[in-house]
Amino acid sequence: MSNSTAKLHEKYKQKIRLQQIQIRFSQLSIIVLFFAIWEVSGRMRWIDPLLFSMPSRVWALFIDKLQDGTLLTHTSVTLFETIAGFVLGTVIGTVIAAILWWSPFLSRVLDPYLVVLNSMPKIALGPILIVGLGPGYSSIIAMGALISVIITTLVVYNAFKNVDENYVKVVQTFGGTKQQAFHAVILPATIPTIISTLKVNVGLSWVGVIVGEFLVSRQGLGYMIIYGFQVFNFNLVILSLLVIAVIATLMYQGVELLERKLRKTY
Amino acid sequence: MSIVNIKNVDKIFFSQEAATTALKNISLSVETGEFISLIGPSGCGKTTLLSLIAGLIDPTYGEITIEGQKIVRPSAKTGYMLQQDYLFPWLTIEQNITIGLKTMKKLNEETRAYALSLLAKMGLEDKANDLPSQLSGGMRQRVALVRMLATSPKLLLLDEPFSALDYQTKLKLEDLVSFTIKDQKKTAILVTHDIGEAIAMSDRIILMSARPGRIQNIFQVPESLRVLSPFQARNDRNYNLLFQQIWKELESLEQQHS
Repeated sequence: MSNSTAKLHEKYKQKIRLQQIQIRFSQLSIIVLFFAIWEVSGRMRWIDPLLFSMPSRVWALFIDKLQDGTLLTHTSVTLFETIAGFVLGTVIGTVIAAILWWSPFLSRVLDPYLVVLNSMPKIALGPILIVGLGPGYSSIIAMGALISVIITTLVVYNAFKNVDENYVKVVQTFGGTKQQAFHAVILPATIPTIISTLKVNVGLSWVGVIVGEFLVSRQGLGYMIIYGFQVFNFNLVILSLLVIAVIATLMYQGVELLERKLRKTY
Repeated sequence: MSIVNIKNVDKIFFSQEAATTALKNISLSVETGEFISLIGPSGCGKTTLLSLIAGLIDPTYGEITIEGQKIVRPSAKTGYMLQQDYLFPWLTIEQNITIGLKTMKKLNEETRAYALSLLAKMGLEDKANDLPSQLSGGMRQRVALVRMLATSPKLLLLDEPFSALDYQTKLKLEDLVSFTIKDQKKTAILVTHDIGEAIAMSDRIILMSARPGRIQNIFQVPESLRVLSPFQARNDRNYNLLFQQIWKELESLEQQHS
């Protein structure tokens, strides 16, 4: 009896494994096929390689830019700006949310302003930021942060408000102050929400930083895109896009890993 | 000697639409070491009264004193137990039972050891490093009891602490709580909607009427029942007599209102 169960279990595990291999294989085929069709279409002149480039050309440029070190510089600049942007956006948003939680009066006063700021496309503030903070890191980081700060404030403030009052009551019955209630209850109870806004903010910060680099046009992957566009070097544009795709994915995965670690304790 | 003194207390809740009188002219004193229960139809303000004694809210009129001191905010003399355990899911059991000590800035080796010894008395010493999610409902409520007792309050305020538990766990926990409270010579005020629980556990039962909440009647639980554990008391003849008496009065209260 147990022998046959073990056999069936083994069979079941094999089936799952097989399915996983099939999925991985299909995923890999799609990307290989995509690049192959792209390459062939370019070579056969089905599409204009001047506009759409070709994987081989992008690869050659990649090696070239890697060797002269410019790709590394631009990538690290953008990476730094994005991380700074989303960390600042999340931290400042959470701090504002805490202030609003602290003072119901203030939260009621500021409510219409938050609605307006949230509806407003923050990208439109780009030129003002550049004038105000100068065309450099600071205005680009500010863009990356600004784009996520209001939505973080709203989401985290809502999470603060939705913490079950009875948990706060537990601390209050021990004579706890509002500050103690915040540290002991409100903040730890909302860590999962804060982490999930972090995930959203990674994506938002990329938008802010790339647009910021478009506008400032000095350094970074956004600059590479706009420069490639202006001199009509689409190999450069596509190379930048691919690098962004890879790094943005890695960053998102990193935050997800952090989330899984924290979920275990919270 | 009475530990709690409630003098002519009114509580009115205000909202945009109306002013609702939740409690009207409540006067009551609780003797040291006494176990009293507050029962009554829903909306009679029994939980409000408990919150007032706990210092979580202030009376509109009147005064509440504990050991002669006027209550304006939660004091270290009282402990509060809620309907559900409300253990913090992100803290271990040990961290949960010391949260009160930590909040009061009284956490040291001695008080921690005391809290852990209480946990051991509840038979949960091996759970100190577990998370609340790993414990059953009854175990969690026992941890909540330890959390309340860890700060050594003299007066225990119990807000329907057994209502969220299944019947069997509830009966066992009643015995445990009753024993612990007598053993540690605490004073306790229990809010409940369960007449049987009130009779089985208390020395005195305060029946309240609703809208506005007033004290309708006070029942003295006979000595023969008080010496028994709650579980044994439920099987006593006197238990049924008192049950019928309170039941009838509660029925007539509800009929007056409907």
